[in-house]
Amino acid sequence: MALATRTDRRPSLARTVWDSSVGKKAVMAVSGIVMLLYLVVHMIGNLKIFFGPGEFDHYAHWLRTLGEPFMHYEWTLWLIRVVLVAAVVAHAVSAYQLSRRDLRARPSKYVHKKARASYATRTMRWGGVILGLFIVWHLLDLTTGTVHSGGFQEGHPYQNVVDTFSTWYGNVVYLVAMLALGLHVRHGFFSAAQTLGAGSRTRNRALRAVADVLALLLTAGFVAVPVGVMTGVVS
Amino acid sequence: MKLTLRVWRQKNADADGAMSTYEVDGVSPDMSFLEMLDTLNEELILKGEDPVAFDHDCREGICGACSLVINGDAHGPERTTTCQLHMRSFRDGDTLDIEPWRASAFPVIKDLVVDRSAFDRIIQAGGYITAPTGSAPEAHATPVPKPDADLAFEHAECIGCGACVAACPNGAAMLFTSAKVNHLNVLPQGAPERETRVLDMVAQMDEEGFGGCTLAGECATACPKGIPLTSITSMNKEWLRATRKVAKR
Ligand code: HEM
Ligand code: SF4
Ligand code: FES
Repeated sequence: MALATRTDRRPSLARTVWDSSVGKKAVMAVSGIVMLLYLVVHMIGNLKIFFGPGEFDHYAHWLRTLGEPFMHYEWTLWLIRVVLVAAVVAHAVSAYQLSRRDLRARPSKYVHKKARASYATRTMRWGGVILGLFIVWHLLDLTTGTVHSGGFQEGHPYQNVVDTFSTWYGNVVYLVAMLALGLHVRHGFFSAAQTLGAGSRTRNRALRAVADVLALLLTAGFVAVPVGVMTGVVS
Repeated sequence: MKLTLRVWRQKNADADGAMSTYEVDGVSPDMSFLEMLDTLNEELILKGEDPVAFDHDCREGICGACSLVINGDAHGPERTTTCQLHMRSFRDGDTLDIEPWRASAFPVIKDLVVDRSAFDRIIQAGGYITAPTGSAPEAHATPVPKPDADLAFEHAECIGCGACVAACPNGAAMLFTSAKVNHLNVLPQGAPERETRVLDMVAQMDEEGFGGCTLAGECATACPKGIPLTSITSMNKEWLRATRKVAKR
């Protein structure tokens, strides 16, 4: 067939992705999944607190020696940190830009109000903001110790965690954030599957179920730690 | 039936609009929603007032011209077009709020009429196939597997009414665009422009100022033709595929 093919030059892959609402959403989905994978590992690691200070602190030390002797002390940990920061920044910037576009696209509201299904969208936006603030607080609390309640001790995470969850506000901040996380992952996981084209009529029911289970396990696993401290199981 | 209507009145694109209240009496349950509005307009004309402007053409649910948000629902409470909605869906004494599609890409021209030419420009960007003109080709020359034909047809049902945009909390045109992209992209006739079609139509959709998809699902609920939400997923997949292929060249 002698078809006239279009020969116009197209922008680079990165430009195409970042300039498109569909592409930017894919950036959000991929960065979200990177964070999600990290959180699953993080949650499982946290549960070691139930096996006492010896095991928990040793685990924390191991994280720093991960990859030795190929990697130097803490190299792997820093590599993970760089990837995570990149994911958080990419996620938050695309979330902000896409949300701005969405709000601009519907400036005037209907006079007749309905309880619209923007529930999920609003939860994602507010939940995202809560998670962003939480990440900052969490790092200042347990990684750098800047806002830590007790005397922060480098290399003694077990005691630091117990100190944090011995304050009422430490518990409140954490529980609210984990609730937000559960809701975010529940809609986010399913959303990401659609954004990346992995959903289909036959697969979506299973994807929703996986999202629910993932969100529930993640929230329950993270919440177990402050609950453990509050009930005295961890002290 | 006797009804109270609260209708969005707006003189022109630049004027501020507001809801105006009208009473209509003698409405038959067998009337279509548009016939009910015709009744109101006849009364308004007799009184020397400006009739309510609203879009309509075929009045049989196939052209996509009619476009009213009734009590907050695009095309009203039934899953059909406004012209195919009948007054038996309402009760004597009801108060109905009638508003235009609301989205910044669909500016109001007058009263309930909005400018939907943004959809035309999305179609112009890639919603066509490049085919040599002439007499119709022999139908069996290009075999199409039955499942593909069904899928294409399901998407071809989109009448371009814009209810999906009106219902979406983000004013997104993803359902419309995905219906048009998938319709042609699953067919062999659409294959030569498979990549450029999805890239250009999505780019035009962004250009027009529509929002993005947050999986609220309101579009598929409002769509009178039952275009499914998974169409958007298929379009996302096509877009990612096209981006990879075009970048490789
Ligand atoms: C910096 C903090 C965060 C902000 C501001 C934020 C914000 C958002 C927003 C606004 C959305 C879009 C919702 C929608 O379009 O319906 C979203 C989606 C998502 N988020 Fe987050 N979020 C944050 C943290 C996280 C974390 C920690 C995870 C990891 C579990 C995550 C995973 C996801 C996923 C998987 C999606 C779905 C992407 C898609 O729709 O394709 N987010 N986020
Ligand atoms: S997808 Fe449905 S609601 Fe949207 S324009 Fe097409 S027919 Fe109308
Ligand atoms: S007037 Fe043609 S679809 Fe309603």
